Amino acid sequence: MTQSSRKPPTHVQSVIKRFLENRLALVGLIVLTILVIGSLGAHLFSPYSYSAQDLGYGARGPTLKHLFGTDPLGRDLFTRVLFGGRVSILVGVAATLVALCIGVTYGAFSGFLGGWVDRLLMRVVDILYAFPFTIFVIILMVLFGRNIVLLFCAIGAVEWLTMARIVRSQVMGIKKLEYIEAAITMGQSTPTIIIRHIVPNVLGPVIVYATLTIPSVMLLEAFLSFLGLGVQPPMSSWGLLIKEGADALEEYPWMLIFPGCFLSAALFSLNVVGDGLRDALDSTSVKE
Amino acid sequence: MLRGWHYLKFSSICLVGLCLFGCGAKKTAVERGNKAQILHLGNQTEPQDLDPHIVTGEPELHIISALLEGLVTEDPKDLRPIPGVAQSWDVSPDLKTYTFHVRSNALWSNGDRVTAGDFVYSCKRVLSPALGSEYAYMLFCVVNAEAYHSKKIATFDSVGVSARNDSTLIVNLAQPTPYFLALLSHTAWQPVHKATIEKYGAIDARGTAWTRPGNFVGNGAFVLKSWVLNKEIVVEKNSRYWDAQTVRLAEIHFYPIESSLTEERAFRAGQLHTTANVPPNKIAEYRLTSPKLLHVDPYLATYYYLFNVHRPPFDNVCVRKSLAMAIDRKSIADNICKGGQLPAFNFTPPGTAGFTATAHLTENLDSAKALLALAGFPDGKGFPKVELLYNTSELHQTIAQALQEMWKKNLNVDIQLVNQEWKVYLDAQKRKDYFISRAGWSGDYVDPNTFLDLWVTGGGNNRAGWSSPRYDSLINASRGALSQTLRFACYQQAESLLTSEMPILPIYFYVSSHLRATSVKGWYGTILDRHPYKYVWLDDQ
Amino acid sequence: MLRLILRRCAEAIPALFAIATITFFMVRLAPGGPFSSEKNTDPSVLASLNAHYGLDKPLYVQYGLYMFKALQGDLGPSFKYPGRSVNEIIAGAFPVSLELGLLAISIALVCGMSAGLLASLRPRSLLDHIPMTIAMTGMCVPTFVLGPILVLGLGLGLQLFPVSGWNGPLDRVLPSLTLAAPYAAYIARLMRGGMLDVLPKDFIRTARAKGVSEIGIILRHALRGGVGPVVSFLGPASAGIITGSFVIETIFAIPGLGRFFVLAAFNRDYTMILGCVLFYATLIILLNLLVDILLAWINPRLRGAS
Repeated sequence: MTQSSRKPPTHVQSVIKRFLENRLALVGLIVLTILVIGSLGAHLFSPYSYSAQDLGYGARGPTLKHLFGTDPLGRDLFTRVLFGGRVSILVGVAATLVALCIGVTYGAFSGFLGGWVDRLLMRVVDILYAFPFTIFVIILMVLFGRNIVLLFCAIGAVEWLTMARIVRSQVMGIKKLEYIEAAITMGQSTPTIIIRHIVPNVLGPVIVYATLTIPSVMLLEAFLSFLGLGVQPPMSSWGLLIKEGADALEEYPWMLIFPGCFLSAALFSLNVVGDGLRDALDSTSVKE
Repeated sequence: MLRGWHYLKFSSICLVGLCLFGCGAKKTAVERGNKAQILHLGNQTEPQDLDPHIVTGEPELHIISALLEGLVTEDPKDLRPIPGVAQSWDVSPDLKTYTFHVRSNALWSNGDRVTAGDFVYSCKRVLSPALGSEYAYMLFCVVNAEAYHSKKIATFDSVGVSARNDSTLIVNLAQPTPYFLALLSHTAWQPVHKATIEKYGAIDARGTAWTRPGNFVGNGAFVLKSWVLNKEIVVEKNSRYWDAQTVRLAEIHFYPIESSLTEERAFRAGQLHTTANVPPNKIAEYRLTSPKLLHVDPYLATYYYLFNVHRPPFDNVCVRKSLAMAIDRKSIADNICKGGQLPAFNFTPPGTAGFTATAHLTENLDSAKALLALAGFPDGKGFPKVELLYNTSELHQTIAQALQEMWKKNLNVDIQLVNQEWKVYLDAQKRKDYFISRAGWSGDYVDPNTFLDLWVTGGGNNRAGWSSPRYDSLINASRGALSQTLRFACYQQAESLLTSEMPILPIYFYVSSHLRATSVKGWYGTILDRHPYKYVWLDDQ
Repeated sequence: MLRLILRRCAEAIPALFAIATITFFMVRLAPGGPFSSEKNTDPSVLASLNAHYGLDKPLYVQYGLYMFKALQGDLGPSFKYPGRSVNEIIAGAFPVSLELGLLAISIALVCGMSAGLLASLRPRSLLDHIPMTIAMTGMCVPTFVLGPILVLGLGLGLQLFPVSGWNGPLDRVLPSLTLAAPYAAYIARLMRGGMLDVLPKDFIRTARAKGVSEIGIILRHALRGGVGPVVSFLGPASAGIITGSFVIETIFAIPGLGRFFVLAAFNRDYTMILGCVLFYATLIILLNLLVDILLAWINPRLRGAS
C-alpha cells in the first residue's frame, strides 16, 4: 500500500485512471453497458412480445422482419434474446449479491474477531467446501420445482465460500493498521468497526471477485437449463436459448449463434472488466 | 464456435497418427453387424430390471420380448395373436374357457420342457400381493384373480388358471373377453422358470438375482449374454428355441441412449441399425434427403389434456367444450410435432382393432366464443385464474405454450403454465390437484377397451374424476356383448358421449418414428411399436 | 503432514454426517415418491412396495436404520433398479467416470499449463494474447454446446472419432476433450498469473545473474513457484469435473455415475441420491486433502502453517 491509499479520493481516482488506460477493459465495459441497456430496455427495442407466436412462421432464418430469425414456435428470436438477457443478468447479479452479503459479513467477522471464533468459522467453511454444491443445487431444483427466487438463493449459497475466504484474509491485514486499533481503543462496537472501517477497505478485491462471479453464475444457469431446470417458459434466458439452440445446431444454427454470441460477449466483457479492475486496484503488479 | 475450430485443428494435428492407426480401414458397427447378423438397437433408457412381472417401461418390454415367449406371440406385421408356446387352443361356446395345448418341443434355455404348470406358477407369481406387480390387472379377467391379488382368498387353487397335464392349460374367465388373446402377449402373462426363480428367492421376492446374465433362464428366441449397466445389453440366439430355424439374427445389442440427439448422431455415424426416436427438428430433413431411412407409423396412443371436472370453471361443460373448440390441432401436429401425427377429434385412435369412432369434435371459433359467453365469460371477461399442468419435457412445454397462446388469442382467456417434474406431476394428477393437465395414454393391447374403460366411474386411471352412469353402463354392456358389431356399437355411443361432455381434450394421436438402416429386413411398423425379433434379419448387400 | 491428514479425517466425519442428514430429510420432504407411476397403482401393491423397502416405518426409524447401515458402508438397495444395491451401481459406474475425469484433468493440465507458460514468457505480445484470447473464449462456451460441435466436426464431418459409446480408446477422445476444455482455459489463465508473480522475484533475478539458462530458470526455479495457483485450483476443478461429467455422459452416452445420479434425483430413488451425494462428498474431501498435501510438498513453507 502506498501513501495514497489512506486518502480514498486520490486512490479511487488513480484506480479509475489506470482502468481507463486498459483498452481491453474499457471495451469490455462498453460492451457490457450496451448489453445491460439492451436487456433492460428490451420492450423498447422490439415490436414483438417474447411469447407471441406465429406457428406458421416457425424456425425461419434471419430476415429484416425478424433480425435474428424465429424459433420453432415462430417467436421472434431477437426479442427473446433481449428478454433472456434480462433474466440471465438478473440471475447473475442477484445471486452474486446474495453471495456477497453472506460472504463479506462472514469473512469480515471471522477475520476481525480472530482467535478461536476465526478458527471455528473457517473450519465451517472448509467443511462446506466438501459439499458437492452443484449437486445440491440440482437436487433442490428437482425436488422443489423451478423457481427463480430459489435459483438465486441456491446459486448464491454456492458462491459465498470463496468470498468469505478472500474477505477474511484482507481483513486480517487491515485490522493491524493503526486507525483500526485506534477505533478499538476508542471503544467502538465490533459491528460498527466492521461496517464503518473494514468493509469499505476490502471493497476493492470484493468487487473484483464479484465481477468474476457473475460469469460463473451465468454458466451455472446455462447448466441448469441443460438439465431442464432453468427458468419457467414462456420466459427465456440465455442459458435456455442456448440449450434450445444446441439441440437444433444443424437445422437452425441461428438459434445457437445469436444467443451464444450474446452470452459470450457478456461473459467475456465481465471477465476483462474484472481483470482490468484487479490490475487497476493492485498498484504493485504493474507488469511490463 | 471459434473454440470448436481451435480444437478441431488442434485435435487433427495431435491425433491424426492415432486415427490413421486406429480407424483407417475399419467398417462401422452397422456394416460389421450386417455381415455377422448382429443388430444394434437404440433402446432409450437403462431397463429397471428384466423381470417380466415387475417392469413397466417400453425399453424393458423390448428386451424381454426377445428373451421370453408367452402362450401366443404376435404376427410381425399386424401383431395379430399367433401360436407361441401354445401350438393351438380351444374356446368354449360361452367364450369363458380357453384350453391351450402347449407344444412338446418348447424348451427353456437350460433344456427343461416348458409345461402348462410353468404358466400356472407364473400367474400365481404375478398375482402374489407381496411381489407388487404393477401390471397384475392384466390378469384380472381370470376368475378370482383379483380376489387372490387383494388377499380376499388365501389359496391359489380357486383362481381360474390350472394345468390338466404338462401340455394342457385351462384358463377360466370371469366374463367373455374378446381381446383376451391380445392380452396374452403382454409381459405380465409371460412364463418364468420356477426352479430358477426359487433358486434366488421366494416366489414373491422382488429384485432377486435371477435376471442376471448367467442366471437368466428363458424360453424366447434369444438368451441373455451380457448386461453392462447404462452401456449395453446383449442377447444371442437361443439354439434350444423350438422355432430356432426361423431366427436369423445371431445377436442383438440394446443400447440405453436417453438423448434422441445423441442417438441420431450415433445412427448417422453407423453405430446403430435403428433408433428409438427421431428428434422432431430432424424429421423434415430426413424426409427430404433420405426418406428411406425414416419410418413413421401410427402408434396406439393419444395425447390429450385432462379437465378437472370438480373444479370451477371446468365443472361447466360449456367451458370445457369452448376450450376444446378454440384450438388448432392440425397446426400443432404439423408445426410442432412434425412427424405426421394425426390431429385427434375423439379419444380412441382410428382403426384400433377395426374400430374407428364416428364421433368428431368440430373446431369452431364462433361456437367456442358463444359457449364461453353462455358459461358467463363473454369475451373471456371474468374468467378465473387457472393453471395448465404439464411434466417437464421439451415437447410438452412447446405444446403447452402453443395452446396457451391460442386460448389467449382466440378466447382472450389467460392460462398460466405450470410445469412439474415427472413424479410430482403424477402425484398432483392423482390427487386431482390441477385445473388442466397434460396426459397421454398408450394402449396396453390392441382393442378400444384399453382406451374407453379409462373413464368409468372410480376407474383407477380416471384422473379427470368424471363420472357418468350412462357411460358406465355402455362400457359394461360392451363387456357382455357377444358379437363385435354389438360391442363396437357400445363404444361408438361411449365416444360420442365423451365428445359431448368433454372431460378430456384430445389433441393428437401419436406416431412412432424411427431411423432404420436399409439393411434391416423383416421389421414392420406396428401399432404398438413392437417388432418380434425372431423374424428380423440383416441384408448384407 | 500426518497431523494434517489425521485432522482432515476427523473433520470429514461430522461433515459427512451433516451432509447425509440434510440430504436425507431434504429428499424426504420433496413432493413425489419413488413409486408414483403413470398408471394407477393398487393401494395394496403400494403398501407392499413400501413395506419391502421399509418406507412404512416412521421417518426417524428409517433415518436411524439408514445411518446405521451407511456406517457399515452399506448404502442400501436402489428403488429404481430392483435387485441392484447402490454400492453395486456405484462400483460399476464410477470407474468409467473416474477414467473420463482423469483423462480430462490430464488434458486440461497439459494444454492449460503449456499455454499459460508460453503466454507468461512474453507478456503483452502476440504469444500472450492469442492463447489467452482462446482461453477466455473457452471459458465462455458451455460444454453442452462444445460437445455437439466437436461431434459434428470431428465425429461426423471428418469421421475421425466415434460419436458415442465407451468401448475402444478412440471413444475416449471427444468426451474427454469436451470435458477438459473449460478447465484447460482456466488453468492457462492461472498458470500465466502464477508465473508472472514469480518471474520478477529476487531469487529468479539471482539465478539469472548467476548465468542459469532461461529454460533452466523456468523449469527449475520459476515453475515450482508459479504452479501454486494451478495446484490450489485442482481441488475445485476435480469437484467440478466430477459433477460436470453428467452433461458429457448424456451427450456421448457414456455409462458413468453422473447419469445415474441425475436420473436418481428425477426418479426419487432415495437411497441412490443419498448414496451418490455421500460418495461424491467423500471423494471431494479426499481430493481436497490430496491437493493440500501436494501444495505442502511443492511449497515447503506452507507445511508448518496449515
